[in-house]
This record gives sequence, C-alpha cells and structure tokens, in this order.
Amino acid sequence: MIPRFDPGTFTPAPGRGPLGRMLATQVSLETRLALRQGEQVLLTLVIPLALLVGLALLRVVPLPEPRVTSVLGTVLALAVMSTAFTSQAISLGFDRRYGVLRRLAATAVPRWLIVLGRLGGMATVVVVLLVVLAGVALLLGWRPDTGSLGWVLLLVLLGTAAFGAAGVLLGGTLRAELVLAVANIVWFVLLFAGGVLVPVAALPGPLAAVVMLLPSGALAEGLRTALLGGTPTLGQVVVLLAWALIAGGIASRTVRWS
Amino acid sequence: MSGPAVEVRDLVVRYQGRAAVDGLDLDLPAGRVLALLGPNGAGKTTTVEVCEGLRRRDAGEVRVLGVDPAGAPDALRARLGVMPQGGGAYPGVRVREMLGLVAACAADPLDPDWLVELLGLASCARTPFKRLSVGQQQRLALACAVVGRPELVFLDEPTASLDPQGRRLVWELVSGLRADGVAVLLTTHLMQEAETLADHIVIVDHGRVVAQGSPEALTAAGADRELRFRAAAGMDLRLLASALPEGCTVTEPSPGSYLVEGSIDPQVLSAVTSWCARQGVLADDLRIARRSLEDVFLELTGRELRS
Repeated sequence: MIPRFDPGTFTPAPGRGPLGRMLATQVSLETRLALRQGEQVLLTLVIPLALLVGLALLRVVPLPEPRVTSVLGTVLALAVMSTAFTSQAISLGFDRRYGVLRRLAATAVPRWLIVLGRLGGMATVVVVLLVVLAGVALLLGWRPDTGSLGWVLLLVLLGTAAFGAAGVLLGGTLRAELVLAVANIVWFVLLFAGGVLVPVAALPGPLAAVVMLLPSGALAEGLRTALLGGTPTLGQVVVLLAWALIAGGIASRTVRWS
Repeated sequence: MSGPAVEVRDLVVRYQGRAAVDGLDLDLPAGRVLALLGPNGAGKTTTVEVCEGLRRRDAGEVRVLGVDPAGAPDALRARLGVMPQGGGAYPGVRVREMLGLVAACAADPLDPDWLVELLGLASCARTPFKRLSVGQQQRLALACAVVGRPELVFLDEPTASLDPQGRRLVWELVSGLRADGVAVLLTTHLMQEAETLADHIVIVDHGRVVAQGSPEALTAAGADRELRFRAAAGMDLRLLASALPEGCTVTEPSPGSYLVEGSIDPQVLSAVTSWCARQGVLADDLRIARRSLEDVFLELTGRELRS
C-alpha cells in the first residue's frame, strides 16, 4: 500500500534545535550505548568489580591494610583506563567505520557539540562506574577518608582526560580492526606491566622508571596513595596533565571523521 | 521569490592528482528535483558531498541556498537534509533512537514515530543498526534526511538496495517533498528512477556533464523514433522504401522482423500500413518506439561495464 501525503506534510521549517537539547540527547544516547554493549560493560565494569570483590575478600595477594581501600585505588584506575581509553577508542573506531560522525556532521549540530557530546557520554559512564565501585567498596567495609576525596576526584578527572585523549587519538586515526587489536593489547600490557595491578614498587627498576611516566602508573599509584590518606606527588599530576594535553593536541590535528 | 537551491560552476575535485570531478556545472531551481545520473565512479557522490560541505573542492564556484558550503557553516546545514550513501549511524543504536537524535538537532522536526511507521520500520524500531538489512538501513537514512523539515534534500542513491515496494515508497516521498516545495538533488544509476522523479536530469561521466535536460528533452533530442513490425520473412522492401519520405530507411534485421528508422511521422505510418494492405499482409506487433533514457545513457557513457 503506497501512502499518499497530505499537502503541507513536508513544508520546509528548517532550523537548529536548542543546543541544550542536542547535547542532552547525544550524551544520554552515547551513555546508553556504552552501558548496553556486553563487551564494553565486561571491560569497564565487570572486570574491575570482580577484582575489587576478589582481592578484598580473598587473601591470596599480600596488600596493605585495609585491603579494600588498597584495592579500590587499583580498580578505579582500571575502570578509568578501560572506559576512557580502550572502550572509547574501540567505539570511536567502529563509529567512524559506520559513518556516524559524518551523519552527525551533516545535521545542524555544531562540530564542537559532537565532540562535547562524546566526552559527556564518556564522563557519564565514568561517574556511573565511580558510584558503583565506591558503593560496593563501602559494602565491603571501605571507610572513606574525607580529606583524600578531593585528590581522588582530581586524579580521576585528570586520568579520564589523559586516557580519553589517547583513546580518541587511537580510535580516530586507525582502521577499526586495528583499533580493536591495539586498544586491547595496550589495556592488557598496562594492566600487568603499567603499574595498575602490580604496584610500581614491585616492578624491575628500569621498567618502574618508565611506568612512572605512563598515565596508568601515575593514575594508579596516585589513587592508591590518596585513598590510603596520602598526597599524590606533583609528578603524578604533571604526567596525567601532560598526556592529556599532548595526546589531545595531536588528536585535534589528526583525527579523521570517517 | 527564492533563488536557486544549488548552483555549481566548473567544479573540480581531485583525488591524488586524478580529477574525480572535472569542470562540472549544475543548476537546481528551488523546489525542483534534479537527478545526477551516471555510472559508478562518474563523480556523483563527490559532487553531492561538496554541495553538502563534507568534502573540499579544488576549484570552481558552489552556492547552496545562496551560501558557499565550504566548511559547512552551521546556519546552512540546519537548512539541509542529507542522506549519505550507506547511511551512517552508531553500530549499536536502535532505529528509533538514531532518528530521535537527528530529530533533536532540528527546531521543528517531523514526528519520528510517524516516519518510522511510514517507512515500514516499525517492526525493527528497537533493532540495532548493525543488525538491520541494507534496505532497512537505507530507509532509516532517508528518514534522517527528511525529519528536520529541510528546504533542500540530498539523496545519494536513495533506492540502491531497496525492493520494488521500497523504491515506490521513496518515489512517493520524493514526489511529496517536491509538492511541498522542497528541492531534491538525488543521485542514481537507475534510468527509470531519474525519468520518473526528476524535473531535470544531468548525466555525468568521468566527472563531466555529458548531457542534461528534462527527461522528455533528453529522450527526444537528436533521437528519431523507430517503427517496428512483424510480417512474413523476406518481403520485397523496394516498393516500401520508395514510398517512404526522404531520410527514412527500412530494413529486415532478422527474418520476419522489420525496422523503419528516421523521422517517423503519421505519413510514414500510413505508407507502411498501405504498403502492407497492398501486399495483403497483416503487420503484426506494429509499434512506434521512442528512444529510452537507457539508450541515451548507454550511448553517452559507453557500454562497457565498470567496477
């Protein structure tokens, strides 16, 4: 059955939607897409959650007491790395492949708003992860030191920016399959040899020196220190900031829309 | 009265030194439908992408709704509806979500639920994009192109993977857009589509315009009609040939099948039928054919297949 249209059905009435509505719609959609995808949720939430519960309850690895507090720093760093870097890079790689950026670039949305919408989606996922992981840690007996929470939030913010910039750089320049492979390998290497799961102090000397300059080492060490009541070093803050600025700067010049 | 929807003069776009578009001109008046017709690799998509502001040009003048689309100024994009080739969506996004996102970008969009229903997407409204058939993806892309009530719509091969019903629906939609004063620039390699929809057809090949005009003008221009009929094989055509006006020829391309070429007018038809009457034969399958757009197209762009 072929429909017939009433006259006036398509009468032009062009115009850009309100900026706030466009941003809110994109952020909410990107967040739902990230939280709906099985592999992504496994990477960003299930693995950190399993490590949090496992390492806090099973005394297989010696850790500073209180165990849950030591572990929380590790899993927060891991969640930030997984979300902002690996998951972000992979989804950007495939979004480019499927032409969504070109699609959006052909609507009335300003380009800066598309970028802001992506970052907003990523930030929302990080907040969700923070809330879930902190909530479970509380159930496991974590007693937050209110003085350290400011440092924790600052480090998470800087870590998200550093890993996010690197993730956009990777996902925005290579072919989707290559992004998938590289992002997962980097995640795996950083998890074990990048100061996330294994503390920098336990790594061999030359490797430890390198890891201190990586966002993974700086973020994980900084978070563990802050959660146990200490103050992160200036070096850790500077390393994260430098990664965010340098990777972000290169990304803004090299990222391709399709 | 509003100015032209699209004006292109001497457009040149090069890929690695090779000219994909090589001095192309286009004119689309407001509220009309223009079809860019050409074989694969003719430069249709490149031309459309330049007009959409998605691709840079190397030379030439382009005005879309009176504005230079280079750099895709926000104010211009808000007035356009774009259907890129192959659509474009998040791989995991559901049909209704994607259309909702594009609708949210417009000030006064059409009702997305109505469009989903109209385009036969209701049964897959919650299906992720990557699990849709190519035809469904294409219909979603079409919905995204019109949802913002644009003044000018670019449709790049809108029916390339649709079944006949889907194609009819797209044709109805384009007619509806035109009736409401929306200008449409579409690309296609389907002659019938261009002939059915377009006010003006531009045939492109190797990045240049090889012919243009209304469908009627293109099929009539320089093209004489032909008259065919069937009768007993091996008839003596000399008498008929002498009865035909100057410039008309008659041949028997295959036994029993006769072809009169030239300027076919009522006198020619009368000459043929009276000759048949004198011979005592009944001309069977007698028909006068106009050149089809397909003939014009093949004549201009060559018959070899291209990848």
